[in-house]
Amino acid sequence: MAKTTVRLKIQRFDPTADKAPYWQTFDVPIRPAMTVLDALFEVMNHQDGTLAFRFCCRAGVCGSCAMMIAGKIRLACETQVSQFLDLDEIRVSPLPHQKVVKDLAVDYELFFSRMKRVKPYLIGKEPYPEKEYIQMPKEREPINSPIDCILCGACTSSCSMAWFDADYLGPAALLKSYRFLVDTRDNAYDERLDLIEHEHGVWRCHTEFNCVEVCPKKLNPTEAIQRQKIKAFKRKILGRKRKA
Amino acid sequence: MPYHKVIVVGSGLAGLRAAIEAAPTVDTAIVSQVHPVRSHSGGAQGGVNASLANNPAGKDDNPDKHAYDTIKGSDFLADQDAVEFMTKQAGPCIYEMEHWGCPFSRTDEGRIAQRPFGGAGYPRTCFAADKTGQYMLHTLWERSVKLNIPLYEDRVMVDLVLEGNNCRGIICWNLKTGELEPFMAEAVIMGSGGSGQIYGRSTNALISTGSALSTCFRRGVPLKDMEFIQFHPTSLFGTNILMTEGARGEGGYLINNNGERFMSKYAPKAMELGPRDIVSRSIQTEINEGRGINGGDYVYLDLRHLGREKILERLPGIRDLAINFVGVDPIEKPVPIQPGQHYTMGGLDTNIDGLTKFQGLYAAGECACVSVHGANRLGGNSLLDTVVFGKRAGAVAAQWVQTKQKLKEGEAAIQKSMRETKERLAGLLERNGKENHADLRDEMKLTMISKVGIFRDRKPMEEAVQKIRELKERYKEITVDSKGKQYNINMIRALELEGMLDVAEAIAVGALKREESRGAHSRLDFKERDDARFLKHTVATYTLKGPDIAYSPVKITKYQPEARRY
Repeated sequence: MAKTTVRLKIQRFDPTADKAPYWQTFDVPIRPAMTVLDALFEVMNHQDGTLAFRFCCRAGVCGSCAMMIAGKIRLACETQVSQFLDLDEIRVSPLPHQKVVKDLAVDYELFFSRMKRVKPYLIGKEPYPEKEYIQMPKEREPINSPIDCILCGACTSSCSMAWFDADYLGPAALLKSYRFLVDTRDNAYDERLDLIEHEHGVWRCHTEFNCVEVCPKKLNPTEAIQRQKIKAFKRKILGRKRKA
Repeated sequence: MPYHKVIVVGSGLAGLRAAIEAAPTVDTAIVSQVHPVRSHSGGAQGGVNASLANNPAGKDDNPDKHAYDTIKGSDFLADQDAVEFMTKQAGPCIYEMEHWGCPFSRTDEGRIAQRPFGGAGYPRTCFAADKTGQYMLHTLWERSVKLNIPLYEDRVMVDLVLEGNNCRGIICWNLKTGELEPFMAEAVIMGSGGSGQIYGRSTNALISTGSALSTCFRRGVPLKDMEFIQFHPTSLFGTNILMTEGARGEGGYLINNNGERFMSKYAPKAMELGPRDIVSRSIQTEINEGRGINGGDYVYLDLRHLGREKILERLPGIRDLAINFVGVDPIEKPVPIQPGQHYTMGGLDTNIDGLTKFQGLYAAGECACVSVHGANRLGGNSLLDTVVFGKRAGAVAAQWVQTKQKLKEGEAAIQKSMRETKERLAGLLERNGKENHADLRDEMKLTMISKVGIFRDRKPMEEAVQKIRELKERYKEITVDSKGKQYNINMIRALELEGMLDVAEAIAVGALKREESRGAHSRLDFKERDDARFLKHTVATYTLKGPDIAYSPVKITKYQPEARRY
């Protein structure tokens, strides 16, 4: 017989009231095309109004609802419940190793403070041209994929290096760094390498590929980090380069 | 209490752009419910209009032609001076975005690529694949990091402090701590986005509730042209997630159950690239007359003939969405779509500088109504609106603050507002009635989409007004299950529903009183545009008994109203 409900086992935790996190189970009626986010709303609206989680675009572009779902970090909004029907329950918990605000909602302060350390903005050649910078389609290719990062935090939360080393920039910030390093319009090559070439930077990556495994946008932070290692290494041998 | 000379509410494109303009000259901070990169601007896909003439087919394009298309698209309800300002500023504002790092797609000459969009005479929509909003949003957030602009996130604006004719600050609910926080400011710039979630079948983010806008409305800021709600022709059937107009700009077809490109009946010249109001009505007509796919509530958006390469290069984002949400790969199969609520043309009534009727209170972007979109916005003009008028509001607010003689006034007014808000929230939590506010929200959404939707008529709209008033009564009987402080979204959703009902009423009453068809406001009982009676803006003012409706003139510079044909 087809299932009419799905069982969510959700990790609950209110740091101001609870001594430790605990699990709570909810049976939610299945609707066609129901996502995990829909199911969480169903719980909040009709079973337990105290459930807390982050949400916004519900279309996989804002990065609000990354969480651990059935053993893997995913975006709740684009994860269909139907794929888990052979499981007895779907376990849902917050992004691992992040400070919990409440239940599934985590604090992104550490995540964004890591990001800010790589100067996450274009340092363009000035004075600005009268119109746009000329960038050939071929020159744009290296940034085609890294610009798709939605800053959901899945990668950095899955990285065991980032777990124990709070100073480690982590895959998301290093992908951001790479995005500007290879942008032909950027003019801060050496400065950028200085920001990532240290033990809490690219060298901390042990190529576990966890970040690649979980990225909902199918990006490759590990590769971006290795490419930056190569650039740093080359600079060591060949000396600093200019970049007009 | 925190004090900044300029406080920007909202961190989407309009809010960020305003803050970036003001911050270098006066102390400016951003207050936002979500982190900037989560904002709904990131959902915009297709592009942003500017007559750069980078596309060979657009070499004769210029700001005047962009203005004319915008005004014709607006069904002549846009203020023409504001439109001309916007289309003139478009080029400089887009180049600025590019200089700050926005990764636009490129022509073979390395310039910003442009594609055709609905209702436009030339290919003038600058794009970055089909994620233009996301990339622009990230670029402006990055710029705000560079400028070190203070950001107060996880704050929901719950009150606006006005004293006489002056704005003094805002009151926020801190989601992380569950405390009310007053903010004092010399100028407040609203960049809080649209109100789409009032409707069912909305493409908008779940936080686009119009909650901050409704707070301003309740405190006396008038709303302009709220009855003009845009329905996007192509939202995914089932979830109403946006499928960009760029899909048709790149050559996509709309197909009914008979396999016909039915747009030939409705817009023989423009076909699929008619303006959104016309294309949405055409799709809905096909569905209503039984030519939806298998008689259902949707038609097909067919991209297969574009080929794999073009889809992967130009439309990768919507391909992923179609695969993830309806299990259809557009390379292989047509995508089931239906019109969905998409944009709030109306908003806080401002002048061309973004200034409301209150000193020091500005608004820009979707929450504002300048008005440049009139009765129907052209695709690609909303992103443009955010950067042009965000910048303008930021500059004007900063200038005004610098000339201000007396600073830091209004302490007493802010404390009074704190007390009132505290009581209001306590009252909300104390309620112990039988109504579930999530269900009331669903009833409101269903009412608005079914009775004040694409096609409108007196009787359903009267029923809608009736229903909203009933919901307002029942709202008094809700219970908020969650009484805690930490990240109490249940309470915030209950609170925002109250404001949404006020805005829904303003939309429905304004629509009922506008006895004509213009742009997105299409009435079965008044099928023609009536310039003699209604070439004017609707201005709604909040009263306890419901919105008070008045009208204001439309500014016409050089384009006299004419029949709209495409």
